[in-house]
Amino acid sequence: MTPLLQVTDIAKFYGHRIGCKDVSFDLYPGEVMGIVGESGSGKSTLLNCLAGHLTPDQGQVNFDTRTDGLRDTVTMSEPERRMLSRTDWAFVHQHARDGLRMNVSAGGNVGERLMAVGARHYGDIRDSATDWLGRVEISADRVDDRPTAFSGGMQQRLQIARNLVTGPRLVFMDEPTGGLDVSVQARLLDLLRGLVREMNLSAIIVTHDLAVVRLLADRLMVMKDGHVVETGLTDQVLDDPQHGYTQLLVSSVLQV
Amino acid sequence: MTDYNFAYLDEQTKRMIRRAILKGLAIPGYQVPFASREMPMPYGWGTGGVQVSAAVLTPEDTFKVIDQGADDTTNAVSIRRFFEKTAGVAVTEATTEASVIQTRHRIPEQSLRDDQILVYQVPIPEPLRFLEPSEVETRKMHSLEEYGLMHVKLYEDISQHGAIATSYAYPVKVEGRYVMDPSPIPKFDNPKLEMAGIQLFGAGREQRIYAIPPYTQVVSLDFEDYPFEASKADCACDLCGATDSYLDELIVDDEGGRMFMCSDTDYCANRRAAGHVGAQGVPAQGDAA
Repeated sequence: MTPLLQVTDIAKFYGHRIGCKDVSFDLYPGEVMGIVGESGSGKSTLLNCLAGHLTPDQGQVNFDTRTDGLRDTVTMSEPERRMLSRTDWAFVHQHARDGLRMNVSAGGNVGERLMAVGARHYGDIRDSATDWLGRVEISADRVDDRPTAFSGGMQQRLQIARNLVTGPRLVFMDEPTGGLDVSVQARLLDLLRGLVREMNLSAIIVTHDLAVVRLLADRLMVMKDGHVVETGLTDQVLDDPQHGYTQLLVSSVLQV
Repeated sequence: MTDYNFAYLDEQTKRMIRRAILKGLAIPGYQVPFASREMPMPYGWGTGGVQVSAAVLTPEDTFKVIDQGADDTTNAVSIRRFFEKTAGVAVTEATTEASVIQTRHRIPEQSLRDDQILVYQVPIPEPLRFLEPSEVETRKMHSLEEYGLMHVKLYEDISQHGAIATSYAYPVKVEGRYVMDPSPIPKFDNPKLEMAGIQLFGAGREQRIYAIPPYTQVVSLDFEDYPFEASKADCACDLCGATDSYLDELIVDDEGGRMFMCSDTDYCANRRAAGHVGAQGVPAQGDAA
């Protein structure tokens, strides 16, 4: 079985400072990987390197494209990379307003990716926008409202709908539940878990919330100071942490 | 002549503008940056169009200026006088006699010949601007031909108004490549963008020049189930009776009285001189005598 994403020795430096270094892993179709670590540990730098928002200074990010098999996304041309990020990839930002067009209606937001890949039939675009709003539990009569009229949780769900409408195979998520209250978080996680299973998505989730990875992730990578300090199955890492930092991280969670 | 250099601008500047025009003609619809000069009129009054006109005018040219189709509005009169004074060129109000026509918001009803140049005044040259505020990003979208966003605007129109409500500055795709803002002409004029004459677009404040060479394919964007429609007021001109020209609506009294008339004054006058009379018109004087 070929991995969907094959990361080899990725490194990103900010001048002399290390963003992230020596990161390698394989991600297989249908697998969800969590990346945890404290603020400044290089989680977001790594995610942005993988998603093509930043150019890594070293290493390869091979993605299993539909037509040509494994291709290095770091060296592929920009139009190809941007095409991937519109079709096979999705990126869910921490703040929904970074990933949404706030002055465009919910339907337009969901339809944008469809139109970007060539859909030119208004009725069809609107139907699939309405369908996707339903799948993320936003009622169909809100299709013409702007995201500014939505609550934080709804905005985040709208962002997810907008990203998944073109049927991507790999989803990058940067703190998808950050800034939401716990009950909304729980529903969002439930929704995400359902979508990931139903669409057989692979996902890379960056978070500092261990509960999120416990629920969603199959595998876990713990980062500290730009390096990966521990990897393994989620339950294994969380229940039997080996590295000192992981032990600290796990024991820092408040038990209510 | 006058103390001005021919057509106001110095030769160096005109050369720079001509280079931009040639590049624009070579890449139809592409916005060429140029070093726009201060002109003796405020931005928004056609500083881009005036600079383009100044660069293409020759002493043998006959110049015509229209504003919203009319030859006798303030903007048109002052630009026409400007070039009368600084270039000493012949001026005219007749579309067929002009070799260079500067326009704001309209294309003349009379179709242009291949020896005529149409110069547009453009306020905002970037069709994607209201959806994507970043110039860096819009340039990248043009270069990578990522135009999905333009359809998002049309989608929003249909979802809010039930039809594509954009009635002017309607986006077009030029020669299957660049999406272009045709300046704020009514969408009624969009089909006329495929013409025999050269079309030059100048945006003074935004410092961009773009062009459509003769006989270039220009397609108005639309959806399969909401096709483009060149709409106009569903009436005939009350002065000349024309049903095929773009009409202005004029309120004539306090009782809701109104009339429609051709926005192209030269076209309307020619029709009246040829004996056509609309519902509220009087026969032209030549016929009455």
